[in-house]
Amino acid sequence: MEPFGKTLWPSPARDTEFRAKAPGREPMNKIFETPLYAYDRSPDQDTATPVRHKVIVVGAGPVGLSAAIDLAQQGVEVVVLDDNDKVSFGSRAICFSQRTLDIADRLGCGKPMAESGVQWEAGKVFFDDRKVYEFDLLPEKGFANPAFVNLQQYHLENILVDRVRALQAEGAPIEIRGRNKVEAIGTHDDHVKLEVETPEGPYNVEADWLIACDGAHSPTRRMLGLDFDGRVFEDNFLIADVVMEADFPTERWFWFDPPFNRGQSALLHKQPDNVWRIDLQLGWDIDKEREKRPENVIPRLKAMLGEDVVFELEWVSIYTFQCRRMERFRYGRVLFAGDSAHQVSPFGARGANSGIQDTDNLCWKLKLVIDGQAPELLLDSYSRERVQAADENIQNSTRSTDFITPKSEMSRLMRDAVLDLSEHYEFARPLVNSGRLSTPCTYEGSSLSSADALSGPDLTCPGAACPDAPLGDEFLLSKLAGKFTLLTIDADAPDRIEEDGVEATRLALSIKDDLTLELKRRYLGDATSAVYLIRPDQHVAARRDNFEENAFRQAMRRATGKE
Amino acid sequence: MADLILTPNFDSADDFYAQLLASHEGLGKDESDALNARLILVLANHIGDAEVLSQALKTATLPGD
Ligand SMILES: Cc1cc2nc3c(=O)[nH]c(=O)nc-3n(C[C@H](O)[C@H](O)[C@H](O)COP(=O)(O)OP(=O)(O)OC[C@H]3O[C@@H](n4cnc5c(N)ncnc54)[C@H](O)[C@@H]3O)c2cc1C
Repeated sequence: MEPFGKTLWPSPARDTEFRAKAPGREPMNKIFETPLYAYDRSPDQDTATPVRHKVIVVGAGPVGLSAAIDLAQQGVEVVVLDDNDKVSFGSRAICFSQRTLDIADRLGCGKPMAESGVQWEAGKVFFDDRKVYEFDLLPEKGFANPAFVNLQQYHLENILVDRVRALQAEGAPIEIRGRNKVEAIGTHDDHVKLEVETPEGPYNVEADWLIACDGAHSPTRRMLGLDFDGRVFEDNFLIADVVMEADFPTERWFWFDPPFNRGQSALLHKQPDNVWRIDLQLGWDIDKEREKRPENVIPRLKAMLGEDVVFELEWVSIYTFQCRRMERFRYGRVLFAGDSAHQVSPFGARGANSGIQDTDNLCWKLKLVIDGQAPELLLDSYSRERVQAADENIQNSTRSTDFITPKSEMSRLMRDAVLDLSEHYEFARPLVNSGRLSTPCTYEGSSLSSADALSGPDLTCPGAACPDAPLGDEFLLSKLAGKFTLLTIDADAPDRIEEDGVEATRLALSIKDDLTLELKRRYLGDATSAVYLIRPDQHVAARRDNFEENAFRQAMRRATGKE
Repeated sequence: MADLILTPNFDSADDFYAQLLASHEGLGKDESDALNARLILVLANHIGDAEVLSQALKTATLPGD
């Protein structure tokens, strides 16, 4: 997705956005204004020949920061370059999925995210001037993390930067360089060379590997002359964050064709600090300059929230949204992750969530390749698996967009028929699509997976992301972090196996470890025992009902790109 | 896997047809279109079976369309 027009997002000089001063909210303003990673001269700027780093990450957004933390935690030396020095400001991501929280746990950031985020489970759907139905997601029990939390993107970035600082204090090889703008890239067979602009002039630096997390307008992509095809939605959205002391319930409210925004849609969603996200669809043929003026925005919001509700505007922006992806996410030594590689419309909250999953998929592979324990070919599986995920995300958000903004008379007719029926009959409600929340992609048919050899649940088939399960006071996923695991459930296996330099360690469980029987339901189904080979990113590589050494050795070779 | 029935299957074809027309009686074009749309959704949910529904969609596109 991207903001309207030519303005470079997230450059602070956008003309499509203004930020109203919210008096008495100084602590919050500070987050945007304090340089979190201020420019500091690096010794690299004073050397005669460019210094070579293991990995350079371009971009300190949520995706770049997650990648850097992941690598540093594994001992891989990494430098993050960002042309800015602050967290991203304005109306950006708010909804983070369970999978993101699970990954954040592994990165040491899950707790502050879950603690500061708003949890919600209920929602209302309105059509015209009436409420057509309410829902309660009644989330399944037995997961360490909630189905999703709402949290401003700048809070997330702040938490990630804190984690970088904590890692540095522990001596981990990680560094962020603010106001370091990548201006030129030279690609070579075994390294990448960068020209970086700073307030004190340019310098050159090199890296064995480059991860481009430089956002939707990715200068890296542009400098390498790579394609970025897709579909632009011919619609404008006014995105406003308002501060109000209202006691609206913590719910997601979605309006189709409401009286205060005829022929269009609207969304209201709660964030921490009494901030509410409002999305108003504006249609295509509008005067953007006019629409974003407070004197035009405020009456609309009053009509939506009620005349008596007191609120202040925190941010107002106008966006058009796009769905597109690069053809591949790996070009030699350059890997693309996050918005630089793919964009989706925001219905379903798949942007940052899928970008963080990119890094989850990439970093363990890159570590093995750097350590010489896997062939470079393994990195092509990053591209294949995450392209598959991007296509799934694009398909989901395209379908939501088609429902929310019907493109033809017939699609509007069908949409309205669904909504009218949903008021009276439950059957029509699954057709109402105001965004399908992000769930992890199952890498079906991945070259890293072995054929399924367990008559177990589909949920945990090879390629799937492991679902969590309770283990008394603890949870399963926290025990599957960052390495190959041989999960045995009422089955025997050696404590560890090593195959061609890569090790898998056993986690021995019994269905008796979980009295709620979720472990059995999610991992055994009708089977009585199981052995799972689980990748460092918690996706299933192979499974069968018992430990058969040759099969699992072969599965490990496959999972590391050696078969 | 169920198959879409393409041989006569109505209890009473003439009665159904008369009922269908009657339910549209007095409606303007927009209201009639909306009724048809709702009818499609009601029937589609009743069928449910994805294979049958996709055969039905194909069948509704006449050969040569
Ligand atoms: C209104 C709105 C709502 C959204 N809601 C959600 C949601 O609920 N959930 C969700 O998951 N996603 C959501 N998204 C999407 C989410 O904001 C993006 O997917 C996410 O920010 C992508 O992260 P990123 O790290 O890939 O890129 P960015 O956050 O764009 O970061 C890119 C970084 O690269 C830096 N950079 C750029 N060029 C250079 C250069 N030449 N040299 C050095 N550094 C450079 C920039 O300074 C920036 O810090 C929403 C987006 C919008 C606009």
